[in-house]
Amino acid sequence: MQGDSRMTGVSPNTGWLHWAFDPLDVPLLSIVLLIVMVGLVTLYSATIDTPSRFNAQLINIAVGMLAMWLVARLTPTQLMHWAVPIFAGGLLLLVLVALQGEVVNGARRWLSLGFMRIQPSEIMKLGAPLMLAWFFHQRSQSQALRGGDFVIAGALLLVPTALILRQPDLGTALLVAAAGCYVIFLAGLSWRVLLALVVAGLASTPFVWSLLHDYQRRRLLILLDPTQDPLGAGYHTIQSTIAVGSGGLFGKGWLNGTQTHLEFIPERHTDFIFAVFSEEFGLAGIALLSVLYLALIARAFVIASNAPTLFARLLGGSLVLTLATYALVNMGMVGGVLPVVGVPLPFISYGGTALVALFIAIGALMSIARHRQLVAS
Amino acid sequence: MYRAGAVQNPWRASLPASRSRLVLAVLLLSMLLLCGRAFFLQAVNHSVLQARGDAYYRRIIEVPAYRGRIVDRNGEPLAVSTPVRSVWAVPSEVEATSAEFAQLARLLELSTHELRARLAETEREFVSLNRSVPPEIAARITALQVPGIFQDTAYRRFYPAGDVMAHLVGFTDLADHGQEGMELAFQKELAGTPGRRGVIRDRKGAVVEDAGLMREAQQGRDVTLSIDARIQSLAFRALRDAVIAQHARAGSIIVLDTQSGEVLALANLPTFNPNNRGQRDPAQLRNRVLTDSFEPGSTLKPFTISVALEEGKVTPDTLIQTAGTFAVGTATIHDAHQEGVLNVAQVIQKSSNIGAAKIALGLTAESMWQMFQSVGFGTAPHLGFPGESGGRLRNYKTWRPIEQATMAYGHGIAVSLAQLAHAYLMFARDGEVIPISLTRSVAEPEAHRVISAKTAKQVRTMLEMAVQPGGTAPAAQIVGYRVGGKTGTAHKPENGTYSESKYIASFVGMAPASHPRFVIAVMIDEPHSGEYYGGQVAAPVFATVMSGALRMFNIAPDAPLTPIALPTSDGVVEEGT
Repeated sequence: MQGDSRMTGVSPNTGWLHWAFDPLDVPLLSIVLLIVMVGLVTLYSATIDTPSRFNAQLINIAVGMLAMWLVARLTPTQLMHWAVPIFAGGLLLLVLVALQGEVVNGARRWLSLGFMRIQPSEIMKLGAPLMLAWFFHQRSQSQALRGGDFVIAGALLLVPTALILRQPDLGTALLVAAAGCYVIFLAGLSWRVLLALVVAGLASTPFVWSLLHDYQRRRLLILLDPTQDPLGAGYHTIQSTIAVGSGGLFGKGWLNGTQTHLEFIPERHTDFIFAVFSEEFGLAGIALLSVLYLALIARAFVIASNAPTLFARLLGGSLVLTLATYALVNMGMVGGVLPVVGVPLPFISYGGTALVALFIAIGALMSIARHRQLVAS
Repeated sequence: MYRAGAVQNPWRASLPASRSRLVLAVLLLSMLLLCGRAFFLQAVNHSVLQARGDAYYRRIIEVPAYRGRIVDRNGEPLAVSTPVRSVWAVPSEVEATSAEFAQLARLLELSTHELRARLAETEREFVSLNRSVPPEIAARITALQVPGIFQDTAYRRFYPAGDVMAHLVGFTDLADHGQEGMELAFQKELAGTPGRRGVIRDRKGAVVEDAGLMREAQQGRDVTLSIDARIQSLAFRALRDAVIAQHARAGSIIVLDTQSGEVLALANLPTFNPNNRGQRDPAQLRNRVLTDSFEPGSTLKPFTISVALEEGKVTPDTLIQTAGTFAVGTATIHDAHQEGVLNVAQVIQKSSNIGAAKIALGLTAESMWQMFQSVGFGTAPHLGFPGESGGRLRNYKTWRPIEQATMAYGHGIAVSLAQLAHAYLMFARDGEVIPISLTRSVAEPEAHRVISAKTAKQVRTMLEMAVQPGGTAPAAQIVGYRVGGKTGTAHKPENGTYSESKYIASFVGMAPASHPRFVIAVMIDEPHSGEYYGGQVAAPVFATVMSGALRMFNIAPDAPLTPIALPTSDGVVEEGT
C-alpha cells in the first residue's frame, strides 16, 4: 500500500476503511453493485417459490466480492505470474473431465472433488485470456510481435477450446474461444490475416455444420423459425419472447410476471432471468439495465486503455469484451435473436461459479486500474 | 521494468486507437440493436405477444351447475347431487413411495395393480382415477401430498330410494347427463346451465389463481314427481314378495290417483340399484309398466261389455249361454269352467270368454275399436317418459270375426300396464277419462267422456262382483272398503302361437268402489309356483297396496268393518284367459 498516491489526505482513524477500500476502483465497484442489486431484485421474484436459492445467491455474492477484493490487491505483475499455473491447471482438469468427468444431461462437464463439483471449463474463461496475454507480453519483451507468435497463440487457445467442445459444451467453448480471440485481436493481429480468417471461417461453415451435434444444429435452425417445434427445442425461444413482449413499455410490475411465475419460462432463475426482468420491468427496465452495462463496459474500457503493460492492456481489454459478450449474447438469446446457449447474464443470473469468475475479472480490472500510474515516469 | 524498444511507447501504452474505437462502436451498435429488438417486442408486438402469453395460462373453465333434485309429491328426495371430488393425475409427474402408492390406491378404491396400470400411461396429460371421492377421503388424498395428483369439484348423483324407485327416476352417466327415466326425460330442467369462470393455470394445468366468475352457474330446477314415496315403497315390497313367492320372471305395478290422474307408484321387477354404476343387465333396466306391452287378456272384457251396454245391445241381466265351446269360423273358444247360462254381470264375475265373445260379435268392429281408441289403447300416453309404449291396436277394417271375438277378452291386442290402468279410470270416474301424469300436477285435468255414468256404474258393480266370493278374485277384497276389479290370465305368445305353460297374470282394480280414489294394476310375468291365475297371483298384491294407500290417504271406508269372506280353494272361480 505504501507509495499509493491516493493515501494522502486520508485521516488515520479511518485507516481500516482505507485498507479495505484502497484496492478497489470505486466507480467500477458502484456500477457492479447497482447491477447486483437489480439482479437480486429480479432473482427474488424468479425464485419466489424456492427462497433458498435467493439466500444461496447472497452467499455467492459475498464469496465473489471477497475474491474480487483479494485479486484487486494483487499487482498486474503478480497476476501475470499466475497465468501459466492457472492455464496449465485448468488444462489438466479439462483432461481429467474428459477421462472421468460426471455425465449430466448427456454432457461430460463436471468434475467431482469429493466435497464439491466444479466445471473446469469455467476456469478457462479466465485462464485462456490470462495465458494469451502473458504469452504476448513475454514475446514482446525481446522484439515486436510476429506472425509466428499469433500462430502459437492460436494453437494455445485451440487446445482448451477443443477439449470443451468435446464435452460437448458449444456455448462455453465459444466463450473461451472468444475471450482468447479478443486477446489476439487486441494484440494487433493484422487486418489482412483477420479478413482471411473471416473468409476462411465463412467458407468452412458447411464443414463446421457437419461437426455440430444434432441438438446444436436444431438450436440454430429453431432460431430461424422457432414455431417449427413450439413444444420442443423452440419452446425456450417462444416462451421467452412472449415473456419479454408481454412486459410492454413499463412491465407488469415486480413479482407480477405471469409467464415467468407460472413456470412457462424454464431456467428462469439462471440463463433466462432476463425474461423475468423484461416481463416485470418492461422496456424501461431494459433501458436502465443497458445503461448500467454500458457504464460498466465504458469504465472497464477506460481502465484497460490506460493499462501500463501489454499484459494488463490485453487482459483488461479481453475482460471488457468478454463481459460485454456475455451480456449481449444472453439478452440476444432471451430476445430470440441468438441461439440458446448456456450463457448467464452477468451479475444477475443465479449461479456461484459464474458469479465468482465475474467478480475475479472485476478484481483483475481493479488491479490494473490501481497500478496504472505505479510506474509512471 | 520493461526494455525500451520492445514495444513502442511502453509506458503510456494504450490499445491501438483504431481497434478501441472499432470495438466500442461494435458494442454500442449491438446494444442499440438489442434495444431495438426489445422495442419491437415490447412496444410494437406487445399486444400480440401479450395475447399469446395469455392464451397459455388464462383459461375459461366450466363451473358445474348443481343438478336439480328429483323429489316425490311430498318433497321426499329421490335423486340428489352431493358434492364430491374428482381425482385425476398427470402420470408423468406422479412420484410416490410404495407405501404412499398403496395408501393412494386404497383411498381411491383401486387395486394397486390397477392404479399402476393407469399411471403407466405417461404420455397422457390427464388420467381420471376416481370421479366421485367423498370430501373426507379427498382430504386424506390431499394430505398424502403426492405430486401429479389433482382434484376438481364434482357432483355425484345419489338415489336415496335405491332400487325401489330405480325405473322411474332413472340415472345419470359419469358426466351427470340423464341416461334413463326421469333423469333423461327432464335432463334440460334438471341440468341447469354451467357457469363460466376465468382462471389462471400454470404450465401443468393446475389452477393457481381465480380470475373471477364470468357467468354464474344456473342451478338446475327440482322436478317434483307425482309419486308418493310411501305408496311406492309399499307397492315395491308387495310386488317383490309376490315375484319371489311365485318364482316369476318379472312383475310390474302402477297406482293411479283417479282424481288427478297422477301416478302415485310405479315399480318393476327385476330392478337395479341406481347408486351402483357397475354391471347392469338390460332386463333390469326396463320400465316394464311403461315400455312393455302385453296381451292383457280378460281385463279387457269390461270394455267390450261397456260398448254393448252403452249401445243398448244388452243389459246387466241379459242372459247368455256359455256352455260347451263356441266356434267362430274355424276357431273354437273355450272357457276354463263350464258355467252354463250367465247374465252379463256374471260374464264379468266369472270371466267367461264365450260370453264376452258372443257379446262382442253382436257389436260392430268399429264401435269396439272406437272404445279401445278412446281409452288410449294404441297410442302412447305421452307421459314424457323415454320409450313409452303405445301398445298395438290394429285398425278395425282389418279385423276378422274371430279377431273381433278374441279381442273382446283381450287377445290380438297389446297394451302396456300403464295404458291398462289408465283405461280403468273410465270406470272409476263414472265414464270419463283423464290423462295420467308422472309429475305433480296442480291444474284440474281435462276430462273427456267415453261412456255414460250409468254404464260406468253398472260395470263397476260387475267388477265388485268379480272380487267377491263367487268371482275370480276374492283375494282382492279389503276390510272396510268395497273393491272392484278384474283379473287377467293370458297365455304368453311364443313362436307364433300361445304357450301352454307360460302366463301373464294380472289384476286391475279400484277402491272404494262407491267412489273410487285409486286404480291399481298389477302384472306378474310367468309365475312358476303352480298358481298362475290373476286372481291368485296378482290380486293379493293389489289388496296389500290398495289397503295401504287407502289408509295413507285417509279415505273413508264405504263398507262395514266385517271380516272378509275368502272361499276355500275349491270355491275360487278360475278363468280361461
